[in-house]
Amino acid sequence: MTSLFEEIPQAAAEGVPVRRVTISVNGQPRTADVEPRLLLAHLLRQGFKLTGTHTGCDTTNCGACTVLVDDLPVKSCTMLAVQADGHEVTTVEGLAGPSSLHPLQEGFKDEHGLQCGFCTPGMMLAAKALLAENPDPTEDEVRFGLSGNLCRCTGYQNIVKAVLAAAATMRGEA
Amino acid sequence: MYPSRFAYEAPSSLDEAIGLLHQGAGEAKVLAGGQSLVPLIKLRFASPELLVDINRLPGLDTLDVAADGSIRVGALVRHRDLERSTDLARVQPVMAAAAPLIADPIVRTRGTLVGSLCHADPQGDWAAAVTAVGGHVVAQGPGGRRTIPIADFVTGPFQNVLAYDEVAVEAVIPAPTGQVAGGFLKLERRVGDFATAGTAVALELTGDRVSRAGIALTGVGSRTIDARAAADSLIGQVLSAQAIAQAADLAAEAAQPNSDHRGSAAYKRHVIHTFVTRILTRITTTSERAA
Repeated sequence: MTSLFEEIPQAAAEGVPVRRVTISVNGQPRTADVEPRLLLAHLLRQGFKLTGTHTGCDTTNCGACTVLVDDLPVKSCTMLAVQADGHEVTTVEGLAGPSSLHPLQEGFKDEHGLQCGFCTPGMMLAAKALLAENPDPTEDEVRFGLSGNLCRCTGYQNIVKAVLAAAATMRGEA
Repeated sequence: MYPSRFAYEAPSSLDEAIGLLHQGAGEAKVLAGGQSLVPLIKLRFASPELLVDINRLPGLDTLDVAADGSIRVGALVRHRDLERSTDLARVQPVMAAAAPLIADPIVRTRGTLVGSLCHADPQGDWAAAVTAVGGHVVAQGPGGRRTIPIADFVTGPFQNVLAYDEVAVEAVIPAPTGQVAGGFLKLERRVGDFATAGTAVALELTGDRVSRAGIALTGVGSRTIDARAAADSLIGQVLSAQAIAQAADLAAEAAQPNSDHRGSAAYKRHVIHTFVTRILTRITTTSERAA
C-alpha cells in the first residue's frame, strides 16, 4: 500500500479525501490511496518508485513522462492518477526484464540514440506504441510518430535510426 | 507542479454527471481528455472545487459517420480516433486534414474534439474546422438537450455558452448536399505549438459550381474567425483563379492578427491569404485530375 507523498505540499492533512486506486503497472497490480490532484507521473515516481518515468517540462510539451495507458502513449504529467484506476500502465521499467533489453533499448544502445538520456524513456514508449501500430514505418513516419517527444540534445537523427533498427529487429530482419 | 486541491467524481451516468455539476453551482468543471484542463489546473490558472470526470460515461466515445455524410462526434472521441477514421477521411476532408495537426501524437491519445470546442482557445484548431463545415454542439443539462450552432457556442476567448450544469455531449456536422471538398492548413513553429495562423476551408460543389462554402481562421484574432464574406464570395462560382484570389483577399481582410513572437500581423495575414489560395487551388487541380 502506498500512501501520500512528501512532495505534495501540505501533505494530506487529516480529513483530506483520498481515493483508493488499483492500477496494473507493468503487469503487476498496484494499489495506492491518492489525493485526486496527484498526477500519474508523481504516483509512478514517488509512490511506486519507478523513476524511469521522467518529468521534464511539466507542461504537456516535452513527452519525457510518456507512459503507455492501455497500450497507448500518454503524457503522465497530464493525467490524474485517479484516472488510471482500473487501467494498465506500462513504464520504461516494463519494457524488458532486469537482465535483458527490449529491441528498442538495444536499438538506442547500438545506434547511440541517446546523449543525456533524459528524453529516452518517453521516446522508447512512444516508439513502442508506434511500432505496435506500424511495424514497418518509414523514416518520415517515425519522425511524425515521435513528434510529441522533444530531445534537448537534439539527437533526433540517431533516435530515428534507433527506432528503425528496433523495428527491423522486431520484424525478425536483424 | 501540483494543482490546488479539488474534489473528484467519476460518475457512471450522464444524469449523475449533470447532477454533480448542478450541485457544484459553477465551481465544478467537466474533465474529458484533460489535455488543456490539467495543464491549466497545474499552472493554477483554474482552481475548480470539483472535477467531474466523464471518461467512464457510456456511449460518448462514438464517432458516427452516417450514410448521408453527417457526422456525430461524441464527447469522448479522441483526436487520435478522428485521425485514424477512414470514414471521416472519405466524407469530410476538412476534418480529416485537421485531425493530424492537432497538438502532438501523444496529446491526441487523450484530447477530444468536443473538449477542444468547449475550451474555446482562440488558437484552437477544431473550432475553425467545425465552423467551416457549419457544425453544432449538442448540450445536455437538467432541462434536457439543446443544439447550439458553433457560431453561438463560443462566446469569447476561453468562454463558451454552456450553463454550469450542462455537458457538451457531442458535436454534429450536418449532411452535405453537394460534393464535399476542402482542406485545413496550419502554420506552427514546431509540433504542438499553437497555430501561428490556420485556415479551414469547406466547400460543397454542385457540378463545377460552389453551392456551399465555409472559411474559418484560427490564431489570427481573439476568437475563431468565420470569414463569411470570403466564403460567400465563392457561392455560385466556378473556382477560377479570379474567384480564388477574391476569396483569399477577403479572408485576409477578415483576419484580425496581432504582432507577437510568432510573427507580425502583416505576416499572419499573408499566411491566411496563401492558405486560402492553396486549399482552393488544390481543390481545382484535384477535380481536374478526377475528371
